[in-house]
Amino acid sequence: MRSNDVLGIIYSHSYDESIPELTNVRTMASVPFGCRYRMIDFPLSNMVNSGITQVGVITKSHYQSLMDHVGTGKPWDLSRKREGMFILPPFNNASPFGNHDNRIQSFVSIIDFLRRSRHEYVVLTDTNTIYNFDFADLFKFHTKSEADITVVYKHGKRPILDNIMVMNMNEETKRVGEITLSPNGNDEVDYSLNIILLRKSLLEHLVQSSFCLNHNNFERDVLQRNVKNLRVFGYEAPGFSALIDSLQSYYEVNMQLLDPKNRRTLFDPKNQIHTKICDNVPATYSYDCNVKNSLIADGCIINGTVENSILFRGVHIAEGAVVKNSIIMQGSVVSRDSKLNCVITDKDVSITPGKNLSGDTAYPIYLGKGISV
Amino acid sequence: MARKMECIAMLLAGGQGSRLGILTKTIAKPAVSYGGKYKIIDFPLSNCVNSGIYTVGVLTQYQPLVLNDYIGNGEPWDLDRMDGGVHILSPYQQIEGTEWYKNTANAIYQNINFIDKYDPEYVVILSGDHIYKMDYSQMLAYHKEKEAACTIAMLEVPWEEASRFGLMIVDDDGTIKEFEEKPEKPSSNKASMGVYMFTWEKLRSYLLDDEADQNSSNDFGHDLIPAMHKAGEKLVAYQFDGYWRDVGTIDSLWASNLDLLSPSTGLNLDDPNWKIYSRSPSSPPQYISDTAQVQNSMLAEGCQVEGKVDFSVLFDNVTVEKDAVVRDSIIMPGSKIKSGAVVKYSIVAENTVVEEKASIGKRPEEVDMDTWGITVIGSNITIGKNVCIGANEMIDSDVLEVAK
Repeated sequence: MRSNDVLGIIYSHSYDESIPELTNVRTMASVPFGCRYRMIDFPLSNMVNSGITQVGVITKSHYQSLMDHVGTGKPWDLSRKREGMFILPPFNNASPFGNHDNRIQSFVSIIDFLRRSRHEYVVLTDTNTIYNFDFADLFKFHTKSEADITVVYKHGKRPILDNIMVMNMNEETKRVGEITLSPNGNDEVDYSLNIILLRKSLLEHLVQSSFCLNHNNFERDVLQRNVKNLRVFGYEAPGFSALIDSLQSYYEVNMQLLDPKNRRTLFDPKNQIHTKICDNVPATYSYDCNVKNSLIADGCIINGTVENSILFRGVHIAEGAVVKNSIIMQGSVVSRDSKLNCVITDKDVSITPGKNLSGDTAYPIYLGKGISV
Repeated sequence: MARKMECIAMLLAGGQGSRLGILTKTIAKPAVSYGGKYKIIDFPLSNCVNSGIYTVGVLTQYQPLVLNDYIGNGEPWDLDRMDGGVHILSPYQQIEGTEWYKNTANAIYQNINFIDKYDPEYVVILSGDHIYKMDYSQMLAYHKEKEAACTIAMLEVPWEEASRFGLMIVDDDGTIKEFEEKPEKPSSNKASMGVYMFTWEKLRSYLLDDEADQNSSNDFGHDLIPAMHKAGEKLVAYQFDGYWRDVGTIDSLWASNLDLLSPSTGLNLDDPNWKIYSRSPSSPPQYISDTAQVQNSMLAEGCQVEGKVDFSVLFDNVTVEKDAVVRDSIIMPGSKIKSGAVVKYSIVAENTVVEEKASIGKRPEEVDMDTWGITVIGSNITIGKNVCIGANEMIDSDVLEVAK
């Protein structure tokens, strides 16, 4: 990949509203995922592992936890004098378009950042998607197809989100003939994961001209409108990928990590997903604990039973406690003889002794940050 | 001239640690793995930053490659600083010629220029072979309060073990009256921990004297401190109560790792106020499968367990396959224990593969107690299918065939 020709742009608040529970105190990019990660770790690590050296992170609101997580970009090797990571917060004074209410406005307000970068191409990504593949292959496909725009897609049930692009492609060439936005129906379709590669000059041109016409929907007014004039191609995400569109799917995608097949591509040892380092101690398993089919992070202390669950850093499971089919986030404590089934606890939740909480795999119970039950 | 520092640390990390055998064949002792995700040197380095000492010279000599890589710019310990920070100090060429570090005191002598650059009042001398959490700032306060030339950290050890240590006879106000080096009949159980706080001005002049003395072996414990004592300098002992282990032997390294599994031993690494920092690799979370049975153990990130793990410490990215058993053992990063293999009372070093149905180590009850010992498997080797390695062995190359 002429990877240092590509500038990365990450949209940190994409679809915040789809999981209001988790984004109440944070933005989509800093939603905890998979024991020790935050959602932004996936696009950031993909970019860095693919050789991208400059990344802009567009933020809108609630981004304190995101800033805390990414810091200077050091864990991703993006703390640099030359290039590196740039946080692009809303620039609200003077400029009438200076907030990030929609993508077109966002791009207009970061146009200087785009212009200043020396890169020829841009890859745009959201943060509600999980994947691990080499963008170099995407870049190769883009060049080989002589594409103007390449959109990464996944085949499956359409996510329940606004503005999700469903693409109709030529089976051979993968050229997109038609884009529909969030069509009805439950069929399996090819939907966009919103990883989009194009020339920076083209992005600038498209965004500027849409902005002048007072257009405000990137998917409709930029991509759908131009699908016939431009060569738009689809590229299927290789390996494990997922898009989170609700608390329910957040739960399911976490649980999919228990399948070794999914972990093999997502946690490819050659292309590791990097995250902030916390210096926790290794996990401790007591004499009479019982752990089955679970993913456990550093700093956990397990004295009870844990099955089919995801435990984030520093979770304590007391003696006699039983945790099944649950996601327990950082610093939460499940006390003696409590039983949890299909529960998502946010960070620092405390379950006092003898409680019994049970949701359903189709409708997990969610406990907000810091709640004590 | 760098900004003046009140106290800087000099960490002696050049030792080979020959008693660790093949574990230190290609790495220096302070770079030996410990406790699931650490290296021994993480303890003194973390103690330094937790005690507010941000200038640390690390003296390396034996096999420094891994250690230098590991320390890097010191960022994991917050020791990448504008002033001070961590510095690797290797022996270097001088006008008079090139000299290796002859001994502990000589190593510091050769770096007088480094210390002078920071113009410190005090210098604390540390070694890279001990596991302990200690606040050097309290020791420094004690040193100042006593107006001592040298303060030696001291630990009361069980009387029956006292003869293995350098001992001190201390009077009521903490002043050291006499030293005893590994005596047959100890008259004290107060052992030196190898942590020395010096007033730099004093240490500097004794280092010059020591170097000039042809008969000196240039060792702190043997020569320099006794010389100070003889000259009537005030030497005091600073009592430390807490977990402290010299992990310089296979047995002590093994036992000290397993101490982490018994809360009663007093070593708690899960202390937010006294974190032990380390350079962590990026690894996915650990996975415990349906068929796994993990008990009384400590596991680091990236481990995959499908077999049985009992009373063991598994470092990052260790795999224990289905029907494999790991018991009373230490498995270092990246090693694979394949299906049906059994590892007991052993230390398996980094990136080694134990093939199917191999058997490593023995329980003390299974063999004659006189010949029993911990088995050590070196790094980056393969133990073949069905191969059986007994107790008290040290293996540093592939064993692929079953012995006839």
